[in-house]
Amino acid sequence: MIETIFSRPESLREVSTHYCPGCTHGITHRLIAEVLDELGLRERTVGVAPVGCAVLAYNYFNCDFAEAAHGRAPAMATGIKRCRPNLIVFTYQGDGDLASIGTAEIFHAANRGEKFTVIFVNNAIYGMTGGQMAPTTMPNQKATTCPFGRDVETAGYPVRVCEVLSKITTPSYIARVTAAVPKEIPRAKDALRKAFQYQAENRCFSLVEFVSTCPTNWGMNPLKACEWAVSDMMPYYPLGEFKTPDDPLPAGLNLIEGDE
Amino acid sequence: MPMIKVHKETCKGCELCIHACPQEILVMSKVLNKKGYFYAMVEDPGRCIGCAMCALTCPDVAIEVGVQGTRYVLYEY
Ligand SMILES: Cc1ncc(C[n+]2csc(CCOP(=O)(O)OP(=O)(O)O)c2C)c(N)n1
Ligand code: SF4
Repeated sequence: MIETIFSRPESLREVSTHYCPGCTHGITHRLIAEVLDELGLRERTVGVAPVGCAVLAYNYFNCDFAEAAHGRAPAMATGIKRCRPNLIVFTYQGDGDLASIGTAEIFHAANRGEKFTVIFVNNAIYGMTGGQMAPTTMPNQKATTCPFGRDVETAGYPVRVCEVLSKITTPSYIARVTAAVPKEIPRAKDALRKAFQYQAENRCFSLVEFVSTCPTNWGMNPLKACEWAVSDMMPYYPLGEFKTPDDPLPAGLNLIEGDE
Repeated sequence: MPMIKVHKETCKGCELCIHACPQEILVMSKVLNKKGYFYAMVEDPGRCIGCAMCALTCPDVAIEVGVQGTRYVLYEY
């Protein structure tokens, strides 16, 4: 008898995505779906889709979904989670969505310690709109709005969301992983599992950043794009866990004894 | 014997699996599928070790892995 050890997870609908060939959005979707299946959360999960290439994510996941305005997914997720705390809520956002127009929403959601999960797809560019510079675009990386490469004199240095959000005092789970390297994919899934587990235990805000590729707008083939993500992005966006809810709070908070 | 199945109509021909396979048993087809892509196919099923690296990297979940009997695990995570 043949035993199937790998097939489409139940939380992922049997449809073809609109993503470009070789785009890691597809892998990220599958990992989320696998984790929802494994933790048995699908029936009470609500996703919030962003504006960006993942705008049609509600067509791909086999769970409830809402569509937020550009960058406002964390605000919408806050509303859903606060009204129905027993639901599992996650947002799925690109770097243009989360690190640019939605900076205020994500920062304060993390600071309030909203108990939902954010999946942040950092592909260093605006994919859907045709390859404009994002806050996460690498120095000297070419984009349609910086045809000579990102000039750090005028555009500053790329924003490192995990590093910024992990400096917030409120306990949270912040990790950066990648789906662009086959060997790293199980680790990425592990981080996602932890993030959803923390949410299911009602412990903390969680964010998992994926160092991703955009072969189409980077002008590379999928394999080359994965190699570029490793050679040019990962030294600046190191992988790992930046913060866990078990980390001690910084000194000098003057908390009353027994308080957390 | 482990074996993989590539759904040719789901494949978008990104070739990521071709490079992920440590046994190098996947090749691209010479004909197009209905979507208009060259799709991945198994050239030498006898060498498959069932590690599922191809399925793991497929962004379109076009690969299914099944085993019957022995399976060799390449990486321990
Ligand atoms: C309020 C508003 N401003 C601007 C846009 C145009 N817009 C659509 S997608 C996008 C950027 C998306 O980039 P990113 O979040 O990085 O996602 P990706 O496409 O790379 O996955 C922009 C600026 C919009 N839809 N709404
Ligand atoms: S434009 Fe880029 S991010 Fe969007 S689906 Fe295509 S490759 Fe992926």
